[in-house]
Amino acid sequence: MTSEAVAEFDKVERVYRMGSQQVYALNGVTFDIKRGQYWSIMGASGSGKSTLLNLLGCLDRPTSGTYKLAGRDVNTLDDDELSATRSKKLGFIFQSYNLIPQLNVLDNIMVPLFYQDDWGDADLARAHMLASRMGLSDRIDHRPTELSGGQQQRVAIARALVNDPELILADEATGNLDSQTAKEILDLFDELSSEGKTLVFVTHEAHVAERASHVLRMKDGRIEDMRQQSRVGERA
Amino acid sequence: MIRSPLLRTIRTGIHSLMLHKLRSMLTTLGVLFGTSSVISMLAIGEGASYEAQEQIKLLGSQNVILRSVKPPDNPNSSSNSRVITYGITDADFQRIEQTFPGVGHVVPVRMLQQEIRVADRALNPRLMATTPLYQEVTGRLLWEGRFISKEDERNLSNVCVLGTEVARYLFPFESALGQRVKIGSDYFTVVGTLAPRISQSGTPAAPGTEVTGEIFIPFQTARQWFGKLQVKRRAGSRTMEQVDLHEVVIEVTDPKSVPYVAAATREMLQRFHKTPDYEVVVPLELLARAEETKRIFSIVLGSIAGISLLVGGIGIMNVMLATVTERTREIGIRRALGAKRRDIVTQFLVETVCLSVGGGLMGVALGLAIPLVVEHFADMRTIVTLSAPVLAFTISAGTGVLFGIYPAWRAAAMDPVEALRHE
Repeated sequence: MTSEAVAEFDKVERVYRMGSQQVYALNGVTFDIKRGQYWSIMGASGSGKSTLLNLLGCLDRPTSGTYKLAGRDVNTLDDDELSATRSKKLGFIFQSYNLIPQLNVLDNIMVPLFYQDDWGDADLARAHMLASRMGLSDRIDHRPTELSGGQQQRVAIARALVNDPELILADEATGNLDSQTAKEILDLFDELSSEGKTLVFVTHEAHVAERASHVLRMKDGRIEDMRQQSRVGERA
Repeated sequence: MIRSPLLRTIRTGIHSLMLHKLRSMLTTLGVLFGTSSVISMLAIGEGASYEAQEQIKLLGSQNVILRSVKPPDNPNSSSNSRVITYGITDADFQRIEQTFPGVGHVVPVRMLQQEIRVADRALNPRLMATTPLYQEVTGRLLWEGRFISKEDERNLSNVCVLGTEVARYLFPFESALGQRVKIGSDYFTVVGTLAPRISQSGTPAAPGTEVTGEIFIPFQTARQWFGKLQVKRRAGSRTMEQVDLHEVVIEVTDPKSVPYVAAATREMLQRFHKTPDYEVVVPLELLARAEETKRIFSIVLGSIAGISLLVGGIGIMNVMLATVTERTREIGIRRALGAKRRDIVTQFLVETVCLSVGGGLMGVALGLAIPLVVEHFADMRTIVTLSAPVLAFTISAGTGVLFGIYPAWRAAAMDPVEALRHE
């Protein structure tokens, strides 16, 4: 496993103004995510984990400190460059799937590519390949509303993989699923991790966090605890 | 899989609109009715003005027409058997003929009140006594035979030329040429018939129905037989009118000098007539007035069209603003997946333009159909010029762009994080 850093946080602060008060959502967060690692971020609501995820996903910028994604300082990027970064280097998986209702499964998978200037037959083939890997080959023309929750989340995972991102961000990705489906999805994440993908999984469930190689606990905008762990998947 | 980003955006936009079919349909109605009303109103206006212009052109654009007008009854003259003398006189006619430069032809016309009869068929058409030049000046075309000639004038011949309707009515099954027609108490030989002015419906008038038409006899012949005095009998009273000439048509050689001839004629008549017992009709002036009317009509129409399209545009903007709010989450997702602000702008602008263009296209279809219906049921002439649908459609599409900009900008200005959190 290489030790190349995909995401580097250096004394990152994110401050919100609430009237005259300054609220530190993140207060001096420093850590690195290296290629191929599987991170789990935990914490109570209001601990700053959502803010951290937004920063990791280039949806937001630090107030101070630096965040480098694949070696580039996010603070130096303008809005369009941030968009381009999201479409090329990041994959998002959300709790409520967040598929686009008017598009069919294949189009939903391909949305990140649509916002890139150039994509070709190889990308289209890749989208088909991902759909079949997720067991959706026969659903490619269906609308999201015609799919079960588990299937929708699989579409979202395929969408997160279609641009071969540097970093995959999952936000409570199993939160809306029943335990059996959730287990299938988590197995899928293990599989992706073992293929060398870099994953970040925000969760508040301990059994989900157990599967990750690193766990980061947030509290009041600071890192409470950060450790490497032997993975449940590896033990099994 | 569609490769072109714009085409794909358009397809996605149509899909999005199809998710709410009724709402999209209702939204397009404003533009639809705006567009169709512009096209159909323009068509009706164009048709009406065309007809007016055609009628004016029949009078001849190089002509100045003088008409005798009976002055309002003078209450002081109580006697009901007095002879009323009014109108354009022979002296006027001679003055015009002799003194005006730039005048080509001057043609006198007298109207006569006489019954026309062939066997048991009788008519009261417009019986006009005139000179050979009349045909040339008014540009009337002959159907058969010839018009009144100079020889007829000189010899005081009893000849006549029939208008189409009169000829059809009096001689429905045979040629009128060479037939004899009784006018008043004298017989006249038909030497020619005129072609119809405008091609009208081909059915001849049924016997007994009112036939209006014209019949022409030589001017000097009429003077000889019927004199200048006309007796009108009306319920117990009898009025006598003495009118030299009912109409004088002046043809001006150079079209540019029509206004000067008209002005000079007016001035001259004013000097010799104490009461206004005449009118001067200048087709060219009427034409100019018709143009002016049409221009005002166009401005009014343009304003109405503008207002209705404005209302349609506001309707679209209203719905699009609601749509943007409703789809905040979708915007957040798209932004998270890499959409740039301008991608979001394009997406919503395309949807708005789809709405307005859709409404515009349906409006053009409806706007082309309405004139046909009007023409069929209201018997009005309508003219659809190519520019009307093109203009209406362009404006409706432009409305979409104009009123789509703000909602699209609102959508693009959203913070991705906020938008994603939106329920």
